[in-house]
Amino acid sequence: MPKTEIIAAQEPKNMDTAILRLTVNNHPGVMLQICGLFARRNFNLDGIFCTAIEQGETSCIWLKVDETDKLDQVIKQLVKLEDVLAVAERGDARREISEMEAMLVRCS
Amino acid sequence: MPRLNGAQIIIRQLERQGVQIVTGIPGGANLPLYDALAASTAIRHVLARHEQGAGFIAQGIARASGQTAVCFATSGPGATNILTALADAYLDSVPLVCITGQVPRALIGTDAFQEVDTYGMSMPITKHNYLVRSAADLLTLIPKAFRLAGSGRPGPVLIDVPKDVQTEVVEFEHWPELCPVNAHRADDPEAIETAAAMINQAARPILYLGGGVIHAGAAAEARHLAEQGAIPTVMTLMGLGILPSDHPLSLGMLGMHAARATNLAMEECDLLIAAGVRFDDRATGRLSGFCPQAKVIHVDIDASEIGKLRSADAGITGDARHAFADLLLQVRQQDRQQWNGRIRQLQQDFPRFDAEDFAPGRPFHLIRRVAELAGPEALISTDVGKHQMWVAQAYPFTFPRQLLTSGGLGTMGFGLPAAIGAALAFPERPVVCFSGDGSLQMNIQELATAVEQQAAVKIVVLNNRSLGLVRQQQRLFYEQHYFASSYGIAVDFAAIARGFGMRAVDLEGADDPDALLQQAMREPGPCLINVPIDIEEEVTPMVPPGAANTTMIGGDHAKN
Ligand SMILES: Cc1ncc(C[n+]2csc(CCOP(=O)(O)OP(=O)(O)O)c2C)c(N)n1
Repeated sequence: MPKTEIIAAQEPKNMDTAILRLTVNNHPGVMLQICGLFARRNFNLDGIFCTAIEQGETSCIWLKVDETDKLDQVIKQLVKLEDVLAVAERGDARREISEMEAMLVRCS
Repeated sequence: MPRLNGAQIIIRQLERQGVQIVTGIPGGANLPLYDALAASTAIRHVLARHEQGAGFIAQGIARASGQTAVCFATSGPGATNILTALADAYLDSVPLVCITGQVPRALIGTDAFQEVDTYGMSMPITKHNYLVRSAADLLTLIPKAFRLAGSGRPGPVLIDVPKDVQTEVVEFEHWPELCPVNAHRADDPEAIETAAAMINQAARPILYLGGGVIHAGAAAEARHLAEQGAIPTVMTLMGLGILPSDHPLSLGMLGMHAARATNLAMEECDLLIAAGVRFDDRATGRLSGFCPQAKVIHVDIDASEIGKLRSADAGITGDARHAFADLLLQVRQQDRQQWNGRIRQLQQDFPRFDAEDFAPGRPFHLIRRVAELAGPEALISTDVGKHQMWVAQAYPFTFPRQLLTSGGLGTMGFGLPAAIGAALAFPERPVVCFSGDGSLQMNIQELATAVEQQAAVKIVVLNNRSLGLVRQQQRLFYEQHYFASSYGIAVDFAAIARGFGMRAVDLEGADDPDALLQQAMREPGPCLINVPIDIEEEVTPMVPPGAANTTMIGGDHAKN
C-alpha cells in the first residue's frame, strides 16, 4: 500500500505540546477515526482543526497534541490508519495555531 | 459490458479473490447478497447458528490456512453478534473480511428497524472498515479490503453495505485488477548489522517468538537462527509450534503459566531477541521486572509495536522471515555451552512436569493421550480457561498454525467454531477441539453446524463443572471466596451432542475410559468426548496478575 509520508520535527524537543498536520481522505468517518484513536489509546488531544482541501478529495487536520513523551507512538499509530495519507510535525506553525485558538476564544 | 447489482459485484469479486467458503447467517438487510451467493457455484456457504460462530468459523479457516477468510452477517443484531469474533481477530492479527448488511441509505440515521452504527462500533476493533456509499465503489473496495486484511500485520476488515447498494445496478467496462498482498522487507541494513553484532556478542541471549513469526511464515528461519547461535527460545501462546516442543532449544511458553525454569532463565538473559511479539502483559508479567538485564532487539512488521512497551536497542521494522534471513548471514555459529548448560541446570532443578501429572485421569495424561491418538498432523483448537493452559503446557506441538487459540482477547466460545473452520479448510486432517464445560456453552449451538457440514472435529470437553480458571483466581487471590464460578447443575454434554445428531461418548464412570476414548477418536465424523476432571486440578505455576514473572505460585517440583 502507499506509504504514509512522515515529516519529522524541526524544533527543539522540550515543548509541552506538539503540532501535527495530517492529510487524510475526506469522508464522514475520518474525524471519528482520529478522535477514536486518541480516546482509546489514552493520548491527550488539546485541539483539533479540520478543513477540506484539493476539491474536497482530502482534508487537512491540525492537531495540538499534549503528549510529547508519547509523540513517537502517537505518530506511528496515526500512520497506521488507512485514511491518513501524511503526518507532519509542524512546530513551525505554533504561532498561527495559538492565534487561531485566541480567535476561537474571542468568538464565543 | 458487465451489468450487475452491488450484491453480484461482491460475490463475483469474492470468486475472483479465490474465496471458496463463506460462512454467515442471512437476514433482511443482506438478502440481496445471499440471493447473489445462491447463484455462485464456486463458493460454498456454511450456515452458522450464531453470527459469533460464523466469525469464529472464518477465523478457523484463516488461522489454519493463513488465507483471508470471509463471513457475512445481517444488520443490527447480526452485526453486533459478529463483533466479538472481529475483536478477537484484531487482537490476534487474523485476516478476515466481514461483510454486513445495512439498512438502505435513505434510512441510515433514522433508528430504522435493525439499524445500528456498525461502522462506528467496528472501527476500534478492525484494521479498517467501510460504509459503502455506492455500488460502483464495490469494484475497487473489495480487492482493497483483501489487500488490507492480508498485508503487513494482518487483521479483520469490515464492509458495511446498505441494502439498496446491494440492489443498485451498475454497468462498467471491466473488472479492476486484484491488489496483491504487499511484502514488507525491512530495508535497514544498519539495524540488521547492529542486531547481528549484538547477537554475536551476547553471552546469554533468548529468542522470544510470537504470532508474527507464524504470520510471516518464518518458522524455518527462526529455527535456523536458534540453531546457528545455539539460542534458547521461548514462545508466546500465539507462537507455539514455531519450534517443535521437543526441540532441545525450546523452553516452551513464557509468562503467566510458563515452566518455572523458563521464567527464571529469562531473568538471567542478557539479550532478548523479540520477533512478532507485542510484550503482552500475560507474557511479560510486570514489565519493569521482565528480563531486567537484557538489551532488546525487536523485529516487527508493525512499526508501532517497536518501543511501544519496552524500548528496543535495535528495532527492525519488517517481516520476520526476511529479517531472520538477513540476520542469518551475519550471525556466527556458536554453541554457547555455558548458557545452555545453565539452562539445563535450571530445568533439572525445576522440572517442567512431575511424573504424577501424567497419572490416568489427570489433565496432562488426557492431553498427551489425545495427541497420540490424533497423530502428528492434527490441528488443535482450544477454548479459554485452565484447559487452554494445560494444552499450551503439555501438547506436543510440532508445526506452526497447528494450535488455534484465542490469545489476545481470550474469548470463551472460540474453540468449537474455530475447529469447524479448520476442518473445512483441511478436510483430510484430524481436528481436535479441547474445550471446557463453561466455554463450550458459549457457542454450543455450533454443534449443529459441525454435524450439518460433517466437519470431522473431535470435541474433548474437560468437564470440571466450573469456570475453572476463575475459580482458581478466587482461590489464590480472593481468599477462596468461591462465587459464581461453579455450576449448580450437571449438564449431560453427551446427551446434548446426540440431540444435535452428533456421536458422543462420556468417560464419566466408564469401565475402560481409554478404550472409549480410542473409539471416539477413530470416529470418521464429528464426535464429542466428555471427560470428568477434578474441580481442584489447577494450572501451575501461576504468576499473579501484575507481579514479575519470577513470582510464581505452585508447580514447584524443585529437586534440590
Ligand atoms: C466470553 C468470556 N467471558 C468470560 C471470560 C472470563 N473467563 C476466563 S476463563 C473462564 C472460565 C472458563 O471455564 P471453562 O471453559 O469451563 O474452562 P476451565 O477453566 O474450567 O478449564 C472465564 C469465565 C472469558 N475469558 N471469555
